[in-house]
Amino acid sequence: MGNLGIIFKRELFAYFSTPLAYIFVVIFLITNGIFTFDMGGFYMRAQADLLPFFSFHPWLYLFMVPAIAMTLWADERKTGTIELLLTLPVRLADAVLGKFLAAWVLTGIALALTFPIWITVNYLGDPDNGVIFAAYIGSWLMSGGFLAIGSCMSACTRNSVIAFILTVAICFLFVIIGSPILLNAFPDWVPQGVVDAFSALGFLTHFDSISKGVLDIRDLLFFTVFIAAWLLASAIVIEMKKAN
Amino acid sequence: MIAVENLTKKFEQFTAVDDLSFSVQEGEVLGFLGPNGAGKSTTMKVITGFLAPTAGTVTIDGHDISKEPIAAKSLIGYLPEGAPSYGDMTTLEFLNFIASVRGFSGAELKERVERVINEVDLGSVCHQTIDTLSKGFKRRVGLAQAIMHDPKVLILDEPTDGLDPNQKHHVRKLIKNLARDKIVIISTHILEEVTAVCTRAIIISQGRIVADGTPAELESRSRYHHAVSVRLNSAYDIAADLNGVQGIGPIEKSDTDPLAFTILAQQGETIYAKISEIAQSKQWPVSEFHVQRGQLEDVFRTITQRTEEAA
Repeated sequence: MGNLGIIFKRELFAYFSTPLAYIFVVIFLITNGIFTFDMGGFYMRAQADLLPFFSFHPWLYLFMVPAIAMTLWADERKTGTIELLLTLPVRLADAVLGKFLAAWVLTGIALALTFPIWITVNYLGDPDNGVIFAAYIGSWLMSGGFLAIGSCMSACTRNSVIAFILTVAICFLFVIIGSPILLNAFPDWVPQGVVDAFSALGFLTHFDSISKGVLDIRDLLFFTVFIAAWLLASAIVIEMKKAN
Repeated sequence: MIAVENLTKKFEQFTAVDDLSFSVQEGEVLGFLGPNGAGKSTTMKVITGFLAPTAGTVTIDGHDISKEPIAAKSLIGYLPEGAPSYGDMTTLEFLNFIASVRGFSGAELKERVERVINEVDLGSVCHQTIDTLSKGFKRRVGLAQAIMHDPKVLILDEPTDGLDPNQKHHVRKLIKNLARDKIVIISTHILEEVTAVCTRAIIISQGRIVADGTPAELESRSRYHHAVSVRLNSAYDIAADLNGVQGIGPIEKSDTDPLAFTILAQQGETIYAKISEIAQSKQWPVSEFHVQRGQLEDVFRTITQRTEEAA
């Protein structure tokens, strides 16, 4: 097993050796339930799909994902273990990726544990499971985007609360960036191309099409590149700031 | 061999390490001394590859730490200041993690972990989470991870800080045992540690080397080198008897004991025999009489204060 795998395993294990992972999963499931059934009007709509379930995910992730991501690097700096980790024969890329993947798998586990909702909708009606599957993938990818931002913010500070607030703020920006409210705010003289490019950076633009079952390669690519870019930024920030 | 050449590390305007050059050979235990903020920890952080140097090079057995970090880091075992470790893991889990990052697996991993657990005596806390351990045990966990792969180079930043005297003794013995075919660099504030374990000491102040030699050589620079300490049973004016004797320097009275004196020797003079003779012929009421080797603490203070004043 390479060092990437070893670090991944340690990090994932660390989540589950404290109450953090369990609390995260439980709160995630409860909130999902409330959003879907109460606020989303899952039954009232009387439609065999999970649109109300998935459409809340960006807002749910906005607060839950930064909570996992905030400690990724801030705690390493605070306790000094960063010095231990980075003087082991480990490449920085392995450390950054290993930690990110562990957190991403945790959100994946939480997401997978929402399967009773999927069973429910299949029991009640005859949904297009392909669409649901695509939406799950899209949702997980989006959580990865949030996490990658969180990884970078966590690298910026040794205070995990600051990391949390910064992450929420930046994630919020990327959630609303493609929303009509913001796009309409552009004055008329701004060329349409600029507005489009701007909206193409938004999470919702890409997540919406995936959650409708359209697994467009461009949307997948968007999230992949987005995650890679923020992880690269994390590595650069760690390299720059590890001295203080 | 470790070769440090013209190493400089700056943090924005502040120069922590200033054009430092030295090399360390196998079998040497190098004590790194200096006041707080002298650049000891920074130097260690650069040698271990945690921080990149602003200028200069560090090579470990021919591997440049900046160009071949993985190869160089594989040769080093490092105990960072404060012995950080993952507090949510148990001792055993943590050591297993370190061993697997160091490239061990299967039976060898198990054997390695068991060996270091025995070596630093961690058997009783194997299954406790590190957060719940006492300071002494945490430090030992840090040592255990540093020696996991039987490294050629062992770098220990204040290895005995916060340990009780028994634990200190134990750790020093451990370092001495390990040192035979290795390079060991330890930083410390505790000067007796240098005399106890080091074969060589470097004193740095404001990022520069201000003294480099064996502990005995450094001690001989002390004004207390070859000084004679005398304690009397009753009051007696020893200064009168010593007046005009060749090679004798000032006489210092003890702060705590009015009957104890230290007679300093002038540079390069041996005065023990002379004083002994005078004491016998004049029948000093002596209860204690011994020669000092020199006080490292005194050398340390003189040298580091001199450089601080110069700056």
